[in-house]
Amino acid sequence: MELTGAEIFVRCLKEQGVEFLFGYPGGAVLHIYDALYVQDDVKHILVRHEQAATHAADGYARATGKPGVVLVTSGPGATNAVTGIATAYMDSIPMVVFTGQVPTHLIGNDAFQEADNIGITRPCVKHNFLVKDVDRLAITIKKAFYVATSGRPGPVVVDIPKDITAEKAEFDYPKTVTMRSYNPVVKGHTGQIRKAVDLLISARRPMIYTGGGVLLGNASESLTELTHLLEFPITNTLMGLGAFPATDRQFVGMLGMHGTYEGNMGMHHSDVLLAIGARFDDRVTGNIDKFCPAAKIIHIDIDPASISKNVKVDVPIVGCVDNVLKTMIKEIKARKLEIDKQALAEWWKQIDEWRDMDCLKYDRESDLIKPQFVVESLYEATGGDAFVTSDVGQHQMWAAQYYKFDKPNRWINSGGLGTMGFGLPAAMGVQFAYPDATVACVTGEGSIQMCIQELSTCRQYGLPIMIVNLNNRYLGMVRQWQEFFYQGRYAMSYMDSLPDFVKLAESYGHVGMQINRPGDVKDAFREALKVRDRLVFLDFITDQTENVYPMIPAGGGQNEMILV
Amino acid sequence: MRHIISILMENEAGALSRVAGLFSARGYNIESLTVAPTEDPSLSRMTLVTTGTDQIIEQITKQLNKLIDVVKLMDMTEGPHIEREMMLVKVSAVDKERAELNRLASIFRGRIIDVSDKTYTIELTGDGDKLDAFLQALDSTVILEVVRSGVSGIARGQRALRL
Ligand SMILES: Cc1ncc(C[n+]2csc(CCOP(=O)(O)OP(=O)(O)O)c2C)c(N)n1
Repeated sequence: MELTGAEIFVRCLKEQGVEFLFGYPGGAVLHIYDALYVQDDVKHILVRHEQAATHAADGYARATGKPGVVLVTSGPGATNAVTGIATAYMDSIPMVVFTGQVPTHLIGNDAFQEADNIGITRPCVKHNFLVKDVDRLAITIKKAFYVATSGRPGPVVVDIPKDITAEKAEFDYPKTVTMRSYNPVVKGHTGQIRKAVDLLISARRPMIYTGGGVLLGNASESLTELTHLLEFPITNTLMGLGAFPATDRQFVGMLGMHGTYEGNMGMHHSDVLLAIGARFDDRVTGNIDKFCPAAKIIHIDIDPASISKNVKVDVPIVGCVDNVLKTMIKEIKARKLEIDKQALAEWWKQIDEWRDMDCLKYDRESDLIKPQFVVESLYEATGGDAFVTSDVGQHQMWAAQYYKFDKPNRWINSGGLGTMGFGLPAAMGVQFAYPDATVACVTGEGSIQMCIQELSTCRQYGLPIMIVNLNNRYLGMVRQWQEFFYQGRYAMSYMDSLPDFVKLAESYGHVGMQINRPGDVKDAFREALKVRDRLVFLDFITDQTENVYPMIPAGGGQNEMILV
Repeated sequence: MRHIISILMENEAGALSRVAGLFSARGYNIESLTVAPTEDPSLSRMTLVTTGTDQIIEQITKQLNKLIDVVKLMDMTEGPHIEREMMLVKVSAVDKERAELNRLASIFRGRIIDVSDKTYTIELTGDGDKLDAFLQALDSTVILEVVRSGVSGIARGQRALRL
């Protein structure tokens, strides 16, 4: 039987197992909305701004490992979605975004609500497709999901002109698809893996450094097994937190600009570095010329282009992280490896000395609410078991530093693009995926206002998200840089004319609380966790002058940290 | 160093802009770029001339390979290869200049492919240096117009870029 393009679209999503479609209607996609209206298989979630649709789909993808799916209209619908697409691209998040387009015969005519979606999104997608023929619609959707979810994942845009959604074709959704131009690698080269194992065994001051790739590649278990087997210290990037249990003794904290002293010093002084699913980002390496001067580097990554991009590596291994780690574990076990235990013990002694500096200490006696204390209290109140999303700024760093993630895919933040406004919509995506889980959005009064309209979406769908607003009345991270590097000239970093967040939350039908004293912090969390049918907005009035420590200033090496 | 990279890619709308966009977004040089369909109409062949350190060239080839439309590529400069470029030059040709231009063209194995009472159009094929040398040999005041095709290249012997 022939179906319209719109019906084909909906059937494809159903066949693909899509649970949620985050979107916002408009002229170019009305046929599709009409087809969505008459079915229940794919649940459409109506956001309040297309940016939020992409972040929600992104949050859903990060928490579940399944691709997030978005539908927006042509022109402004698509351009509003771009920030979220770019956010997903930078963090390699699998996502398929359908954008409406003006009818084929009007493309290029500056038609009403026309934008060159393919051109605009090209630099921030893994791939994009324009559907020019209804007969190609189903296969294109199949390809989009395949490309988005395989290899190094990423967002894929499918641009669908309105006439295509009205025309008819036979429906056939292929089970699999192959593309001669796209064949992601799976297995690592065994010779390289053997070389890597040789190097690991010879190490005297080893360090394991892992990033978001371990989470994307579902390799936490293998990573944990390997790390325990080797007894080496391990550090995670901001994107990689939770891949190895943060409460494990072998974990030396996050590394990078606001990483721990022991993490960064361990990196700097290492002689063998095992980098896994990480990309040597500038916020991690500090000054590249001073990066790990003594280390031989092994790098496991699924993307060949990631290897030796920023830092030249000695043993590159291209392949699926989990696959490579499993082979590595087998190889190590088979070889009855003989690590120099004494050297390793000395290395641990050194690391523990660095750890004893207690670089994350802060003033616990203060009369003001310290943001670090709020995050610690959140950790306690939720038993370390919440999904935590964040926005961008100081609060993001404190959440990363003080919430100890023991499980993968619980920490959800925009590490690559650093998109303020990400936190609340991402939390929505997570809550849809796990309706019974505790989902906390750690944010700042600046960031939360960038997608504040989503409080309405949360009300409509009864999402019991907990917003943890670390309200310092400043664009804190900007203020911190101005204090450190611009002699305290606080240009445009004071957040004036803030709303009463409690009343604002209440006006949407949510619960709002303002917390002013350290003594009330724990009670507030206890109260908030009791609410399961509505969102709770916790507005913590925090110490305005608190800074994020430790810090590697721009141009510094990993051994050149500013400590508190 | 200068590299000639040949790329087989899906003959899809927008494929060219993906390559061009990659080069501008990542700040790589493009000296020249040519593209045309191959004997298999579903494939285009692109030849790209670029310069950079070994590390940059390695990144360029990796990033190109990462483009979903790119099927296969080869760095011609990694082995023996032949490089050709075609040039059309329109020169003003009056009086005794005509004989002189005719002579110069034949020294460079060029051909005069169009004649008017005031102009010659000369076609010349060779590697870039030869074309440069010809332009240099011409008195710059006589040059009215220069069109160069950009470089195309092919490996010598058995080495071939094909599916
Ligand atoms: C969309 C966007 N615009 C600007 C920035 C630059 N920026 C980074 S952190 C920051 C301040 C964030 O302030 P707030 O959300 O209040 O968090 P705080 O740092 O105070 O915890 C700004 C403006 C950004 N990351 N994203």
